[in-house]
Amino acid sequence: MTAAYTSDEMMTVAAARMLRNSAVCFVGIGLPSTAANLARLTHAPDAVLIYESGPIGAKPSVLPLSIGDGNLAETADTVVSTPEIFRYWLQGGRIDVGFLGAAQLDRFANINTTVVGPYKKPKVRLPGAGGAPEISSSAKEVLIIIKQSKRTLVDKLDFITSVGFLNGGDAREKAGLPGKGPVAVITDLCILCPHPETRELEVTTIHPGVDRGMIIGSTGWQIRFASECGVTEPPRAQELQVLRDLKERTAAAHGVQGDAA
Amino acid sequence: MAEWASLSEAVAAHVHDGDTIAMEGFTHLIPFAAGHEIIRQGRRRLSLIRMTPDLIYDQLIGAGCASKLTFSWGGNPGVGSLHRFRDAVENDWPVPLDIEERSHSDLANAYVAGAANLPFAVLRGYKGSDFARVNDKIRSVTCPFTGEVLAATPAVRPDVAVIHAQKADWKGNVLLWGIIGVQKEAVLAAKRAIVTVEERVRTLDAPPNACILPSWVVASVCEVPRGATPSYAHGYYERDNSFYRAWDGISRDRERFSAWLNRHVHKTQDFKEYLSLQNDPKVQAVYQ
Repeated sequence: MTAAYTSDEMMTVAAARMLRNSAVCFVGIGLPSTAANLARLTHAPDAVLIYESGPIGAKPSVLPLSIGDGNLAETADTVVSTPEIFRYWLQGGRIDVGFLGAAQLDRFANINTTVVGPYKKPKVRLPGAGGAPEISSSAKEVLIIIKQSKRTLVDKLDFITSVGFLNGGDAREKAGLPGKGPVAVITDLCILCPHPETRELEVTTIHPGVDRGMIIGSTGWQIRFASECGVTEPPRAQELQVLRDLKERTAAAHGVQGDAA
Repeated sequence: MAEWASLSEAVAAHVHDGDTIAMEGFTHLIPFAAGHEIIRQGRRRLSLIRMTPDLIYDQLIGAGCASKLTFSWGGNPGVGSLHRFRDAVENDWPVPLDIEERSHSDLANAYVAGAANLPFAVLRGYKGSDFARVNDKIRSVTCPFTGEVLAATPAVRPDVAVIHAQKADWKGNVLLWGIIGVQKEAVLAAKRAIVTVEERVRTLDAPPNACILPSWVVASVCEVPRGATPSYAHGYYERDNSFYRAWDGISRDRERFSAWLNRHVHKTQDFKEYLSLQNDPKVQAVYQ
């Protein structure tokens, strides 16, 4: 039986399912953190969540509002300094999955979180890099979660903050980036994966109730659909229950739901 | 040896117009009281360094204290934009702000290089990104052993580091714990350091390997209870998330921000008075 659910819940559940049990995951704040914790509370109890502020093996009881919430430190196996997190743990090659959000994404899963418009005179000044450039390059694999619209999935980025597949094909390998790059992009409409050769993102499963026209109308480039494009499995009752309980606990603790950023 | 001093004495003695300053604390232990005191004393043309500018630098930037910002993530955590930072970058208000933009990994490495008295940091980073296009200090170096090309960036060497910690003993030895960010590196990379602490204690009673900054690497230590609020101090108080949310409204508008700054910083004598306003519902009703 499937309960009624929102498109945001579908997105979070679909993203959570992508995280394997026991994976060592470097978690971005906001939507990635929600999905990673949902995974930890459902099928992936042994996933190791690492936050860039220093907690390794964080098991927060509520979603963190900031990347360095005290609850992350209190529930972690250990807390190390910020240089250590980036030097020994990320650059050291110990991260299986980097879980990232993005302001904008292009067809080759390159990420912009820096500026919209010219760098010197931006139309919109975004927060900037954080840990993402090195997460996207050094994690063995990358998952990206983003709400889909023509403003977020764009034809051309004004700035590449974090690298996906550059201009496609073997450009990433040629540039010498250690990790293999994005393996999936999870949106509120569908799941996109890079084509094995061109590395252009293509729709591999469509969330229930969404049609191709909605996806085309919410993408800034001519989006392709995989030849065997399926339907995403809807959220199971248990997944929804755990997600809603988590959000309720978070709202009770912070007054907000924790993935506002 | 660190000298115990009032925060206003410490800022007057060690923070000068035109200085390069790193006020660190990764979400946790952000030295807000010290930031307010720098604003109160009217410092100008500061070159600010901080991985996450957070509200503390939004306030300094909006107050016109800064001419340059080196940073790696400039948002209001869990809320959205830093409006004073954006207004300075987008509209030069109240004064133009040069920015030097780097990544977290780079700045963390650059603090380590500074602490180790090395001229530059080396890391596997930035490949394929547009950072080097807009920041000519992001360069590369070839490993003499393997031939691998790595990113090379300048070490962070501030004139002054300012941090907040949980405890210091009577000699001025400082103890911090929880999320410790880059504070140790910032202090060791700087020419001089100011540390504010929650409390002054007889002995630290810390286990071996605890994060301790010995008194002789600190210039001034100041007892400022709640000196990191609205961020938090592990073991003392929680993050004031409601203030971070309220800041979005206070800082969005220049006039509202200026009124807030005037009432809460310029017109208060010290952080203690600022805190008393935070608990005054009449003041809060007007400014939040």
